[in-house]
Amino acid sequence: MSDSPDPVVQRNAGETVAQFDHHSRSLLDRTQHFLHQYPTMVPVIVLVLSLIAFGMISPNFFSAFNLSLILQQVAVVGTLAAAQSLVILTAGIDLSVGAVMVLISVIMGNLAVNFGIPVPIAIVIGLACGAGTGALNGLLVTRLKLPPFITTLGTWNIFLALNYYLSGRETIRSQTLDAEASLLKFFGTRFNLGGAVLTYGVILMIIVFAVLYYALYKTAWGRRVYAVGDDPESAALAGIQTKKVLMSVYVVAGVICGLAAWSSIGRVGSISPTSFFEANLESITAVVIGGISLFGGRGSILGPLIGALIVGVFNSGLRLAGVDVLWQLFATGWLIIFAVAIDQWIRKVSS
Amino acid sequence: MTEPLLSARNLVKRYGRVTAMDHADFDLYPGEILAVIGDNGAGKSSLIKALSGAVRPDEGEIRLDGKPISFDSPLDARKAGIETVYQTLALSPALSISDNMFMGREIVRKNFMGKFFGMLDKPAMDSFAREKLSELGLMTIQNISQPVETLSGGQRQGVAVARAAAFGSRVIILDEPTAALGVKESRRVLDLIQDVRSRGIPIVLISHNMPHVFEVADRIHIHRLGKRLCVINPKEHSMSDAVAYMTGAKVPDEVAA
Repeated sequence: MSDSPDPVVQRNAGETVAQFDHHSRSLLDRTQHFLHQYPTMVPVIVLVLSLIAFGMISPNFFSAFNLSLILQQVAVVGTLAAAQSLVILTAGIDLSVGAVMVLISVIMGNLAVNFGIPVPIAIVIGLACGAGTGALNGLLVTRLKLPPFITTLGTWNIFLALNYYLSGRETIRSQTLDAEASLLKFFGTRFNLGGAVLTYGVILMIIVFAVLYYALYKTAWGRRVYAVGDDPESAALAGIQTKKVLMSVYVVAGVICGLAAWSSIGRVGSISPTSFFEANLESITAVVIGGISLFGGRGSILGPLIGALIVGVFNSGLRLAGVDVLWQLFATGWLIIFAVAIDQWIRKVSS
Repeated sequence: MTEPLLSARNLVKRYGRVTAMDHADFDLYPGEILAVIGDNGAGKSSLIKALSGAVRPDEGEIRLDGKPISFDSPLDARKAGIETVYQTLALSPALSISDNMFMGREIVRKNFMGKFFGMLDKPAMDSFAREKLSELGLMTIQNISQPVETLSGGQRQGVAVARAAAFGSRVIILDEPTAALGVKESRRVLDLIQDVRSRGIPIVLISHNMPHVFEVADRIHIHRLGKRLCVINPKEHSMSDAVAYMTGAKVPDEVAA
């Protein structure tokens, strides 16, 4: 340090930009720095490699039909992962997203089918309830200062109980929905796109990610979400009202869970209070594999989209290769551990 | 004599049975560098937190330009033109220099996208950040959008000072700006402080480093046992005097008299 020219401050403002030492860095170092700068590259590389690998194993894998099927399969969990990403970006975690989604789908279905409320209004009420569940989580986290993990562990159970209560543990059947509330199945609508068969649910997932991308990178709100997740004390001292930001994150996450609920009705076709029991953990899996740090403030919102696709590709690829389902779990498990290990390594980057 | 720009009278702050500030006074005059020194636990940080809005005093009065003011949060103090560079710097390491400089007061585009979709005016923010950093001779930083955590300690300090200088229209408070820095980097921060002062903004400098204090300060506020013991002129007192006053080993003439 002492004998190299220090690039900190030069008295002549106009002087040329100082150079940092680059030559001494090894390839590993440079990789670490590169990934530090572009954390989404890890999931992108994993996705590309797994696509190539499964494409070589099974010839059918690369068909437009199969690839679009993967998109359909990840649409619901992917949308849910968008909500999860927001919370994880603030260094929290939301264990209740899956339960909220099922609860909202039950609310939408109940209002429309059992109470005869016009379907669009039932949907709006459902989305508002989603915001309400987020607001409850947010209040508990910001006002009572409870850890998000415990808060949402609690509300997960509460929302599940409400869900069983409101549904009477009964499934609203597909035919009933078709007859009385077909709009609820809107996101299950299929369309062809040059051999690929997509659903509106896939489009919804992509729109949710696109909107979040805009909000997180192009608005002040997004920068504040990152700042609060990165270092809440610093953010507060820099003049950010951290509680407001956290609160808004939970509410937005709740609304997205509501959208995922609507999308899930289209995907499943019916409304079952016992569906998507593993959606919580699957959403966290997508976020973690997508390279968003569980410690908050780091990672790109597009990562979880790719993370969800990676899980989908592994499941589809292994199935096409005729491998037992248990190996899908096995592979997902290692992916999670790999993703977190990479995150830890990237965070250790030295300047 | 000119009126103090920022002053405080009889500030009291109690934490349970501990009295952190015991009728503390404070005066900062226009255009000066005022150092605040004191032993650990003397109540310096409570005083500074009260002035920067991070703590609400239980009693007492703070005046800016002779008018009484009260701050509920650092945001209020900032709105009044008082910027603080905390010892922790209050930077978000993963965010860019530009993001950090505008944290909490981002510039939104003037057009439709800005008005209805809150789109940030990144080009304007970047060029403003670049301009402020160059003003303070900090433009050796390569890329305004590089994350703060990739900067050295001195560079980070520079960014925090530049942020305060860019927005602090009235007063800049620096809490231990050189404590975490090496000799060379400290040097640059001290130069930076004098640069900012030469632009007419008075500075409150909290520091443990006597040579630094004696080098840049116009007056030295010595804090002891929760209140202002005395204010000395660094040209008339030695460093060992200051330390003696601070620790109570010696009583300054003004107080004894």
